[in-house]
Amino acid sequence: MDKKKQIIISIVLIIALFAGLWITERLVGTNSMLIVVLKKAVIYALLVASINLLQGFSGLFSLGEAGFMLLGAYTYAIFTIPEAVKGNVYQYYNGGLIHVNLPVWLALILGGLVAAFFAFLIGFVVLKLKSDYLAIATLGFAEILRAVFQWDALGGITNGSNILRSFPGFKSVLYPFVVVGLCMTAMMLLINSSYGRAYKAIRDDEIAAEAMGINLFKTKLQAFVISSFFAGIGGGLLAMYQLTVKASTFTSGLSDELLLIAVIGGIGSMTGSVIASFLYVAANEWWLRFLDQPAFIGTFQVPLLRSGFRKVVFSVIIMVIVLFYQQGLMGTREFSIVGIYEKLTGLKKKKKVKASGGGTEK
Amino acid sequence: MSESALRLDNITMQFGGVTAVDSFSMNVDKGEIVALIGPNGAGKTTAFNCITGVYTPTNGAVYLFDKKIVANHPKGKALKTYGGTSRDFEKDIIVQSPDKITKLGIARTFQNIRLFKNETVFDNVLVAKHMRAHQNVVTAMLRLNFREEERMRRETADLLHMQDLYQYKDEIADSLPYGLQRRLEIARALATDPKVLLLDEPAAGMNPNETAELSEFIRKIKDEYNLSILLIEHHMDFVNQIADRIYVLDFGKKIAEGTPDEINDNPAVIEAYLGVDDNA
Repeated sequence: MDKKKQIIISIVLIIALFAGLWITERLVGTNSMLIVVLKKAVIYALLVASINLLQGFSGLFSLGEAGFMLLGAYTYAIFTIPEAVKGNVYQYYNGGLIHVNLPVWLALILGGLVAAFFAFLIGFVVLKLKSDYLAIATLGFAEILRAVFQWDALGGITNGSNILRSFPGFKSVLYPFVVVGLCMTAMMLLINSSYGRAYKAIRDDEIAAEAMGINLFKTKLQAFVISSFFAGIGGGLLAMYQLTVKASTFTSGLSDELLLIAVIGGIGSMTGSVIASFLYVAANEWWLRFLDQPAFIGTFQVPLLRSGFRKVVFSVIIMVIVLFYQQGLMGTREFSIVGIYEKLTGLKKKKKVKASGGGTEK
Repeated sequence: MSESALRLDNITMQFGGVTAVDSFSMNVDKGEIVALIGPNGAGKTTAFNCITGVYTPTNGAVYLFDKKIVANHPKGKALKTYGGTSRDFEKDIIVQSPDKITKLGIARTFQNIRLFKNETVFDNVLVAKHMRAHQNVVTAMLRLNFREEERMRRETADLLHMQDLYQYKDEIADSLPYGLQRRLEIARALATDPKVLLLDEPAAGMNPNETAELSEFIRKIKDEYNLSILLIEHHMDFVNQIADRIYVLDFGKKIAEGTPDEINDNPAVIEAYLGVDDNA
């Protein structure tokens, strides 16, 4: 199959995906579980992909994702809360200090840039460290940031330890899909460029990469900043999804959760990250919910089913996945409709193949 | 007099109390193949690492085509504990990271092959082209650098053709037989457009046939790419075949230099390294 054909197929599938989403939203309603899960999952996909860019493609082990998300989320919230309600939101801080309002898209990008800027600053110091030490340093950074954002003295900007709210959220499920789609495309293009090859070289063998003329520090810093930029945008989207922002929710547990999804999807596979995000969020938020409700068969109460049991089952499932797919669901391979099409047509030439929806990311 | 390609001037490398390389000077002329030999632990690889920026020498300087590229002298504590024989200290301090040295035109291979194991042969060589490409992250992301990308790919393909590796271009580097991996590593080094090539035990683990092939190969690339070559080796047959001149290191000190014939007859070398004639 030639390249032109591939591009046409991809475009058709993406349009089909968006049309499908639009119709589904009309049919089941904006607040239905399916739409809520899809929104959260697609945001998680971006966040996990940004972790994967760092961990899977550059070999940098960072646990600071939550910190950069926090920066993105706060930046977005602060610059989009309408003037009219600022007095309400910042009721303990005289209506806040910042009286600039930006359009949603600009605030999102600004959130990414703020996260990238902080990544640049701390990257300058911590990227001299290797593996575990880098993880500890970035974890510390995220924790410090979380504390600083709840500090009273910054209340005019961050609203102290109170929540930020009343900023615009998603009008339609399409919005996060478009933003994440653009970000994922940018990341995929980066990975498959000359710079992506340099990242992978550093991941595989730092000494050899250096002998090939690749500046370790500069290249690592670059990967770190770019990954943080997307983490910042993801944080902004998460704020839009939750409709409130509170620093105390951006814990290291959140970073761990995202890292876990990256591992399940396969470290070094972007499409793996996307698939794992959707499965993880759907299972956690939706499919396993029934385990939390007491159930009766006739008058017999099914044992174990009560609030919190979901987490137990979910943990077991994750352990099983990690045991049987030690490289993650996708390993380092990438999922592609074209690849599947070629495989199927190669095996059974006569059968017509219907490309199934979902996961149009190339 | 011929032009000097690579010159080491009074290099001393000290790790704590151990002087791994002691006041070592040597010269590789343009177009020459020079071998560095010596027993294990004599400081050969350390000398390589001083040239390529992996280590900063304690004292001394490295010149590339008579331009000083690395220089250092001991100060403070290093001066107090300095254990080199020569007290003739270098004046400048020039410290460069390995990637800068590669950019200046010194490429190297490693004693234990360091390929990017899970990448294809083609990508292994293509990575080396990154350094000299005119592009930035944004143009690369938006594919505005497609001309550069095309050029990199074309040059990589040409290089693989010339080195007879093109038929393996889609193979994973780790799956190649040992001899080919060695050749791929040299090809990858050539892709950085070097003027001087450093080979760290290129014939290690090879049988006599493969060794003969390798020496042909090294001569060929030397002429094709206009290189000057410095190599570390243990196989004396190989060294005698290929080297124009030989330097012998023992316990970090230079004990002899000369043509292969001179070295083979040198009593100091025989005692320190070659051994009495019983397995020649």
